[in-house]
Amino acid sequence: MAPPPIVQQKSSSPSQPSGKSEVSDLKLQLRQLAGSRAPGADDSKRDLFKRVISYMTVGIDVSAAFSEMVMCSATSDIVLKKMCYLYVGNYARCHPDLALLTINFLQKDCRDVDPMIRGLALRSLCSLRVPNLVEYLVSPLSSGLEDGSPYVRMVAVLGVLKLYHISATTCFDSDFPASLKNLMLTDSDAQVVANCLFVLQEIWNLEANKSEEANRERETLLSKQTIYYLLNRIKEFNEWAQCLILELISKYIPSDSNDIFDIMNLLEDRLQHANGAVVLATIKVFLHLTMSMTDVHQQVYERLKAPLLTLVGSGSSEQSYAVLSHLHLLVMRAPMLFSSDYKHFYCQFSDPSYIKKLKLEMLTAIANESNTYEIVTELCEYAGNVDVPIARESIRAVGKIALQQYDVNAIVDRLLQFLEMEKDYVTAETLVLVKDLLRKYPQWSHDCIAVVGNISSKNVQEPKAKAALIWMLGEYSKDMPDAPYILENLIENWDDENAAEVRLHLLTAAMKCFLKRPPETQKALGAALAAGVADSHQDVHDRALLYYRLLQYDVSVAERVVNPPKQAVSVFADLQSSEVKDRIFDEFNTLSVVYQKPSYMFTDKEHRGPFEFSEEIGNLSLDQESMDNAPRFDESDKDLLLGTSEREENGGTSINGAATPGYSAPHDYNSSLVPLSSQTQSEPAVTSQTSFAIDDLLGLSMLAAPEPPSLKLNSKAALDPGTFQRKWGQLGVSISQEIPISPQGVGSLTTPQALIRHMQANSIHCIASGGQSPNFKFFLFAQKDDGSASFFLVECIVNTSSAKAQVKVKADDASASEAFFALFQSALSKFGM
Amino acid sequence: MISQFFVLSQRGDNIVFRDYRGEVPKGSAEIFFRKVKFWKEDEEEEAPPVFNVDGVNYIHVKVAGLFFVATTRVNVSPSLVLELLQRIARVIKDYLGILNEDSLRKNFVLVYELLDEVIDFGYPQTTSTEILKSYVFNEPIVVDAARLPTLGPASMFMQGAKRMPGTAVTKSVVATEPGGRKREEIFVDIIEKISVTFSSSGYILTSEIDGTIQMKSYLTGNPEIRLALNEDLGIGKGSASLYDYRSSAGGAVILDDCNFHESVRLDSFDVDRTLALIPPDGEFAVMNYRMTQEFTPPFRVNALIEEAGQLKAEVIIKVRADFATSVTANTITVQMPVPTYTSRVSFELEAGAVGQTTDFKEGAKRLEWCLKKIVGGAEHTLRTKLTFSQESHGNIAREAGPVNLNFTIPMYNASKLQVRYLQIAKKSPSYNPYRWVRYVTQSNSYVARL
Repeated sequence: MAPPPIVQQKSSSPSQPSGKSEVSDLKLQLRQLAGSRAPGADDSKRDLFKRVISYMTVGIDVSAAFSEMVMCSATSDIVLKKMCYLYVGNYARCHPDLALLTINFLQKDCRDVDPMIRGLALRSLCSLRVPNLVEYLVSPLSSGLEDGSPYVRMVAVLGVLKLYHISATTCFDSDFPASLKNLMLTDSDAQVVANCLFVLQEIWNLEANKSEEANRERETLLSKQTIYYLLNRIKEFNEWAQCLILELISKYIPSDSNDIFDIMNLLEDRLQHANGAVVLATIKVFLHLTMSMTDVHQQVYERLKAPLLTLVGSGSSEQSYAVLSHLHLLVMRAPMLFSSDYKHFYCQFSDPSYIKKLKLEMLTAIANESNTYEIVTELCEYAGNVDVPIARESIRAVGKIALQQYDVNAIVDRLLQFLEMEKDYVTAETLVLVKDLLRKYPQWSHDCIAVVGNISSKNVQEPKAKAALIWMLGEYSKDMPDAPYILENLIENWDDENAAEVRLHLLTAAMKCFLKRPPETQKALGAALAAGVADSHQDVHDRALLYYRLLQYDVSVAERVVNPPKQAVSVFADLQSSEVKDRIFDEFNTLSVVYQKPSYMFTDKEHRGPFEFSEEIGNLSLDQESMDNAPRFDESDKDLLLGTSEREENGGTSINGAATPGYSAPHDYNSSLVPLSSQTQSEPAVTSQTSFAIDDLLGLSMLAAPEPPSLKLNSKAALDPGTFQRKWGQLGVSISQEIPISPQGVGSLTTPQALIRHMQANSIHCIASGGQSPNFKFFLFAQKDDGSASFFLVECIVNTSSAKAQVKVKADDASASEAFFALFQSALSKFGM
Repeated sequence: MISQFFVLSQRGDNIVFRDYRGEVPKGSAEIFFRKVKFWKEDEEEEAPPVFNVDGVNYIHVKVAGLFFVATTRVNVSPSLVLELLQRIARVIKDYLGILNEDSLRKNFVLVYELLDEVIDFGYPQTTSTEILKSYVFNEPIVVDAARLPTLGPASMFMQGAKRMPGTAVTKSVVATEPGGRKREEIFVDIIEKISVTFSSSGYILTSEIDGTIQMKSYLTGNPEIRLALNEDLGIGKGSASLYDYRSSAGGAVILDDCNFHESVRLDSFDVDRTLALIPPDGEFAVMNYRMTQEFTPPFRVNALIEEAGQLKAEVIIKVRADFATSVTANTITVQMPVPTYTSRVSFELEAGAVGQTTDFKEGAKRLEWCLKKIVGGAEHTLRTKLTFSQESHGNIAREAGPVNLNFTIPMYNASKLQVRYLQIAKKSPSYNPYRWVRYVTQSNSYVARL
């Protein structure tokens, strides 16, 4: 085939959008060529078609030339045909009337002698995406599925899926799924088989919520017979098909341990594949199969280390990132298994920052007695790095390791050395860390204070760091001779201080300092309170006023409030709940791992992929049928989600629960506020998820916060499950806490209904619930009774054997969530009384 | 599955755009480009390869200065999509000979032909260059190879005085030669990326080799090939203990781990370390391997920074080539960050230095020393005087460095992994294709601390 002659010059600059005249010019030229049989006409057509396609690519609308393009398509030149197909596929959807013009020649091409033309035409025909043309698809598709050429069958199988998306009823009426099922189990061509599987997976997954039959069909894909059929042929499939088949196998529930070992032996060599996607898909199978066999599971970890590390080193940095994200997940789950491999996670000069960040987190996680010295030494090298974000991250990593209690002595020394580097960002990060360290290891205060005292507050600009420095000035004002004067200086510049966080800390620090060294601080405190009361920021204003009145009322009370004896923080709370982590692990080898979020947080329901777990609430209230039938062994023992037996029962109650109006509003919420505040004071680190981290840091949280407005709940609140689900996805957790349940409560909780009725009496309604003893899970909601549509959403997981409830509150109005939580807690504490 | 695939130029122009499923709005390319260009999340300056905007996942790789992007709404396997994107780039390169913006623009219709067959309705179908041949009808329009720098590991054979039979690297698998007949030849490249970190006292803190045996075959009729590696090659940490006393004395090569292309049969690998395969068309990695066994680093680097009076300091960097005199390293770049308050720099090259340049990158506060080549056994020194605008506080060595080296050494490999022979099953007695076995070592992260 000779190369087209004119093409070179013209197509090299395809993208100058010069508007309509170009398009009409093209139309004219196409029309002239349409009927031409002259030699060289095809070459000129090719040139014109290329120009049309290049306009299309850059986004210029060339749909005006549709009829001309179709006229020119009567050709035997396959290059022209392909360009024409591409064009038609692109514009048919928005010009359905014109699409009709193409049906004729496409149908004709579907009967061509050349299987390539048949395939191409069939693919284009199915890609038109025009609903009223589906009738023309059925017969070419049926013959395509029985075509002698595997290429045509391959195209036809995916054509069925395209048809399904245009018109599901036509697809089912023609019984295509059954034909595909048959084809999948009998066809000799591996790609045809693989395509059948993809199509059936997608169709049944989308249909599963709608019909019992679809559900059964979805299950058959996971039957032992199908799985072994695919497993035995695994090497015939190309690497991409292997990946998707392995994904399917990872959902398979093995019948016994022999079954497990058979599969693992069959797939063992897949771990040596050069394609990282195949290796990760295999690893997922291994991990999920051995979930219930602790020792084998651990062996799997050991086995997969080497191949993963090789993949990290061999691909592009993007590929490394995907693999490293998974390694990161495994390291976080079982840090001790990786503690001797720490050198592999050292940052390399050429690593992009997204890789360095992951590596730093892994180094932090695997630090233990044996390797801390080396790891910290390495991290300290990065602290002077030219890459500032990484330098910061490294310093934070050192701090986190110190909080894990390894080798604290040496680390404190190093942190103090950072302060001597006199680089702004290093100083800033270090100050924040030293503050956290002091909260955990008060015994180091002497060493730290000596160094911190030398830092000029002028060199500290970042609000977080400044706040940390001020906290230390207040807390250790006794040991720092200059503290009152530094504070005084800072207070003088009150108006230049933009961050409310810093001003809040200044107030508190001035108070603390005053109570310890009154004569020196009196003037500064006066200035601070005056400035604070006049402050435009509500919290600052409120806190200043509170301090002022406290001092007026009784100085000794103020002392007790501001300077109570503090307990050292033992554990800083983990940011992610273990449930979320388990969910991410279940979704191994998906984007969830890279984002470090379970899929329901970033994907809408219909796109969650085959056999994905539905959203947690969906599990409970909406997806009854699919839940019962879908295989989900992953949840078996460790998950707090529902067991299988009680679902129908709950389905009924949850709906009733939401609809039936409650009886009476609660009456004594105010009394419950008092114990809450005293409780937070004695435990300074309630959790890091709570919204009042600043106060928490000061150790006087509730008293300093503005007094919560009194809260009444709407006893007739109603919320439909869909809205609940959406809100739950959108809102952040404002309170997460574990609360004890009385023995009477435990005794009464034989079925979820008991608690549901009780909470309803307190105007807190249940939307979904489930579980078996000892674990029960409830999703509840309540509404403010002030006419606003402000809702509170609650997830409550009750474990009767430990007599504790894990409560998460999300609220439209987060400021009211504390009051609501108090209400909730008091209601729960009365359960069973 | 994949909803759209597109390739964007560095400036954000669509070069090819294919919508497979119509689930993602058309403006996605623009959204993607803006996000990548102005990435500022999580303090990071560089967009990660995978991110989500309004429920659409954008997954991309950068190849030859171009963005290869896939979008999807489904929770797919990121590895699968990234591998696929990388493979698509490679297949396109196989067909066009050279992959860059110019060649893509000239051949976009051919690329559409490929894309039609590689992915159907978002599901990957085939990425085999060989199978795709029967579906592709456009002739590639060849762009001038000499004018543009190519990318990818094989491009290193194009540089330097010793020019390799480099044309093959940029030869399309489908284009016919001017002479009409195709030249029967096969290339096997052993490419090693090495990472070494030296402590301030010159002691090796970490070292690692990531190697790949890359093959590109232009043989007709798919003959079987046998590739023999070192007979005493060990694999896995377990085997290391057996040879431990020899390994440091230059004995057996012990790899930590390796993986293979799916066409490779390992029937006799355990017996005589021979790989058997019928190479598919196009470029692919036969084997990837990783080695942390001790090896002699090709360069010894010594760097020193010392205060020399008030507001002054001196930097001395020494580089010594620890390899045979018959080998020459190409285009070596030595970089070193200096304290941020450095205001003036004066360089002093050794007497009679040829092909060396120095530069002070004012913005990044970094010294750069480039050497055209270093012959094995040679040692080079650079002295630099720094003038500061303010007094240094305390430890000056903490505010400078580390020194980083970039280099390429053809016909050298640090691991000592060898291809003992490359056997091609003969079709006839006169059949004797060209075979090229080439070694090259490249720096990945070669760092000396102060």
